[in-house]
Amino acid sequence: MTTTTIAYETVIGLEVHAQLSTRSKMFCGCSADYASTAPNTHVCPVCLGMPGVLPVINNRAVELVMMTSLALNCAVSSYSKFDRKNYCYPDLMKGYQISQFDAPIGLKGWLDIEADGEKKRAGITRVHLEEDVAKLIHRVGFDGKAYSLMDVNRSGVPLMEIVGEPDLRSPEEARQYLMKLHTILQYIGVSTANMEEGSFRCDANISIRPVGTTQLLAKVEVKNMNSFRAVFRALEYEAKRQGDALANGERLAQETRGWVEAEGKTVSQRSKEFAHDYRYFPEPDLPPLNISREWVEKVRAELAELPDARRDRFMNEYSLPLYDANLLTATKTMAEYFEACVKTGQPANLSLTVRAKQISNWLLGEFSRLTNANLIEVNQAKITPVMLCELIDLTQKGTITGAAAKQVFETMFSTGKPAGSIVAEAGLSQISSASELENMAAKIIAENPQAVADYRAGKETAAKFLVGQMMRLSKGRANPQIATELIKKKLEEK
Amino acid sequence: MKLSREEVIHIAALARLGITDAEIEKAREQLSNILENFEVLKEIDTSNVPPTAQSISLVNVLRDDVPQASLPAEDILLNAPDREGDLFKLRAVLE
Repeated sequence: MTTTTIAYETVIGLEVHAQLSTRSKMFCGCSADYASTAPNTHVCPVCLGMPGVLPVINNRAVELVMMTSLALNCAVSSYSKFDRKNYCYPDLMKGYQISQFDAPIGLKGWLDIEADGEKKRAGITRVHLEEDVAKLIHRVGFDGKAYSLMDVNRSGVPLMEIVGEPDLRSPEEARQYLMKLHTILQYIGVSTANMEEGSFRCDANISIRPVGTTQLLAKVEVKNMNSFRAVFRALEYEAKRQGDALANGERLAQETRGWVEAEGKTVSQRSKEFAHDYRYFPEPDLPPLNISREWVEKVRAELAELPDARRDRFMNEYSLPLYDANLLTATKTMAEYFEACVKTGQPANLSLTVRAKQISNWLLGEFSRLTNANLIEVNQAKITPVMLCELIDLTQKGTITGAAAKQVFETMFSTGKPAGSIVAEAGLSQISSASELENMAAKIIAENPQAVADYRAGKETAAKFLVGQMMRLSKGRANPQIATELIKKKLEEK
Repeated sequence: MKLSREEVIHIAALARLGITDAEIEKAREQLSNILENFEVLKEIDTSNVPPTAQSISLVNVLRDDVPQASLPAEDILLNAPDREGDLFKLRAVLE
């Protein structure tokens, strides 16, 4: 009973919440640093949601949302206001969240992404400002009964919501969009955007429809995705689930589903507890915002260089390949580390572009390998830009070989000692003395009769093997050029 | 404008209020009265008045981003019906 197979396309729109990097909370003076302090110590009557308190808007939070809006090519509204979003949940003590409904700060922008080798412009619907809620911790008591605990420190922390247009057509596009957005927020310094710590959260709306149609089938909201990978996997799962359901003649329900990481699937959260009837109305305690052009320009002047602009500049200024420039600018810390290395001006005998490429090779090679393996951030590394450039300089001058440089780098990475003293202590300086190397070469020839015979039988690669043996014997210290010459000379001798 | 029974039940559910049949009827009448009073306001011609979200003329009331002292946790927890350590203790919240 084969019928015509209908091809479906996936339609995805992402909603991202990011905590803003302000010092104080959104509507009161309590410290916004909620994570590194004892429970309920950054709380006052305003963020506790007591009746009769008066919220006052944090100026900096407004500016950070303006800055984000500019970075995302949004128009900054000249008029904006706050509204109450009413719903009852224990982590929202006053029964409503102060948010923005019909007059958000930023409107209609876009984000350029690249997925599966294709460039794409994804629309941004809006950027608005709201407040975070308290933190609930779920426990089970000795009697087996579940209960919840609440820490109010997070309540009232400034939260920015970035709503994307349903322009994304695959889980990969969604992942790229999210990573790009994440990079931008970190670059411009508006948020720490740490997904694991919850300062950067993503919900996704996903539906499928027959290719070529614009009809909207049931939209599913997916929540609980705590990593880029989780977003990708959850959307991949959900697109397939919806396609399979339609193929089986089932009807898709408009619903909220939660991603269960351990099981690799989404589960319906259908519940009357989440009746979306928010009864928004203007927040009577907060006068509206009039955002002047002067104010916008002041914030624009503060806006840091964006990742794409920096990538292009790295390619122009340092002649770096696209591959290097992309990776170096993927995080702000790496881009800054790279530029700090370039600014040392070392090794002075190399041209800027050669120097930049060597620095890039180290950073994208050994440096990234070790920071990843040790699960540390670029700025936590014990190696400073000056130290790295000193190492490159030592290699450049021929004090150490390329092979020894890797050993020095590893030691430098774990101890934080400068390259010069590591080389001196471990006796890693390059051996260029002809007599010392001659002895070594003779020993290698004597110990590897098979390779010698192979070479003489016309197998050129045997010479490379012998040079390799010599490098090993010298623990990477033999000058590779002299070693190669000596081995060749000895092979030709007899 | 008269509210229906279902509307009253819905509003109560949104506010997490458990109400009896008698209370539903009472709330239905009182809320309907309030809405009827707003109907009276609708008779005023406002076609030349721009819509506003505020009744006062203040704009841009902002504070600098400077942290101030918070209250001691002990004071905050005075409002807690129950506590465990310095945390509020609540009935289980279903995820």
